[in-house]
Amino acid sequence: MGADFVALSIVPLVIGVLAAVACALPGNFLVLRRQALIGDAISHVVLPGIVVGFLVAGVAGTWPMLIGATAAALVAVLMIEGIQRLGRVEPGAAMGVTFTTLFAAGVLLLEQSDTSSVHLDVEHALYGNLESLIWIDATGWGSLVDLQALAGLPPELTRISVAALGVVAFVWFAWRPLAVSTFDEGFARSMGLPVRAIGIALVVVSALAAVAAFDAVGSIIVIAMFICPPAAARLVTNRLVAQVAWSVGFAVLSAVAGYVLAGYGPIWLGFGNSVSAAGMIATVSGLILAVCAIAGPARHATT
Amino acid sequence: MTVTLASSDGTALASAPDAGAALTVRGMTVSYGETPVIFSIDMDVLPGSMTAIVGPNGAGKSTLLKAVLGIVKPLSGTVRVFDRPLREALPRVAYVPQRASVDWDFPTRVIDVVMMGLGRELGLLGRVRAHHRARAMDCLERVGMTEFAARQIGQLSGGQQQRVFLARALAQGADLYLLDEPFAGVDAATEAAIIAVLKELRAAGKTVVAVHHDLSTVPDYFSDVFLINRTRIAQGPVEDVFTPEMLDRTYGGRLATAQLGGLTRDAV
Repeated sequence: MGADFVALSIVPLVIGVLAAVACALPGNFLVLRRQALIGDAISHVVLPGIVVGFLVAGVAGTWPMLIGATAAALVAVLMIEGIQRLGRVEPGAAMGVTFTTLFAAGVLLLEQSDTSSVHLDVEHALYGNLESLIWIDATGWGSLVDLQALAGLPPELTRISVAALGVVAFVWFAWRPLAVSTFDEGFARSMGLPVRAIGIALVVVSALAAVAAFDAVGSIIVIAMFICPPAAARLVTNRLVAQVAWSVGFAVLSAVAGYVLAGYGPIWLGFGNSVSAAGMIATVSGLILAVCAIAGPARHATT
Repeated sequence: MTVTLASSDGTALASAPDAGAALTVRGMTVSYGETPVIFSIDMDVLPGSMTAIVGPNGAGKSTLLKAVLGIVKPLSGTVRVFDRPLREALPRVAYVPQRASVDWDFPTRVIDVVMMGLGRELGLLGRVRAHHRARAMDCLERVGMTEFAARQIGQLSGGQQQRVFLARALAQGADLYLLDEPFAGVDAATEAAIIAVLKELRAAGKTVVAVHHDLSTVPDYFSDVFLINRTRIAQGPVEDVFTPEMLDRTYGGRLATAQLGGLTRDAV
């Protein structure tokens, strides 16, 4: 258990937990603002972003792709805002139009350009490669304090850690304006709060979380974590602070339980192979939501 | 002579010259897309007055209020509050939006909503202290809602929700109160409670402006009236402006003459 666990499991577990929390935190506000689909939109437009990043840089490096993905996410956010305002359509429609169009453009780009050297396929985009993020330099628990071994940690861990920290800092510092403008936009404006800027900042932070998480764990987790833990948490409590706390708890639970079940669940059931951790994490988050929908103490819609 | 305006905890905020207006609007035009909603509105509200904004559905009453607060962007027009540009004067303004404008299923309790009124004081990260909580409870007390402090807001009746919104505005400790349909869809007890609070505010020298749609209560509740139907029809003391002729012009002949006579009998 010891050395194997440190080398094979600890990094994917931590990355899974950080990705889940980084998406679930802003997800609370997105769900309450009826913008939950933003996570879906962002994780789709990451594809054209990666392709363009590759074409511009000419190499299949991580940074061009990350920058391309982030830029695409921001373009998508602006497009959604623009379509909503100019076309006077509801947010859901604007998001749907944006992410399908950009995703389709990404597929065309991919076909037309020589990207065969890039490790980019649908499967990777969906499930990520959580299980492959192993810590080769680790020899046991002692490696956790061994600087040389720590230097060999997968770079995805650093990126998702920075993203998660950024998300936590944003939610912490912007808590009051976020809460007021989410609940009552008109009142927030009447207090002089920059409501539009707050809304855009929330989406941009969500985009950064989504791109960092996508890089490590694929889009299934991103989409699920933006919606399932916050939606489940809403069914457990009637207070915003408590909802956000519960959503973090559910995100961690999904990541840990999903990872363990994916690795060992099939074996316990007598099957030979383990299944995709990303798929299992998303499934667990869905099950948590189902349980809360049936038994959550705050599930009764108030009239 | 000057009137000293004081916030609810008794500290003097500013003194305004008696003659200066609490709210001055000039040439306010707002359009949603291509359609103009209100056109070239001028409005003057005197300090210590209680003004009803009255007009038919779609006359632009709420839009005017939102434009005054900068919630919707006007095409043109200026707003001055206590002789200052709106931006500077916002801390002296409290706003009660239409009850239907928010999602009452939002995960928050009554006391949390009232605390939003203290947002300016608390800042981004200021700790909520006992005296803040006491102020919020005091505001709930004034609208008769103390026992509901810990209730989720969705569990309240329409009238109770409206009182919570009023309590939040009280917590803002403002000098000018702008209310959008505070009596829409509320029970009689709530209406009485709200009007009592508004009259208290007026007695304390505050200025109140409310979008109002129940013509029969205008003379009882308000000192002044602002008649609007996309443009300004008239403004002034109730006894001068709230007349059958003026209402007829405002509503474009859609009110029966007998109805008008009955409504304004007390006033004229």
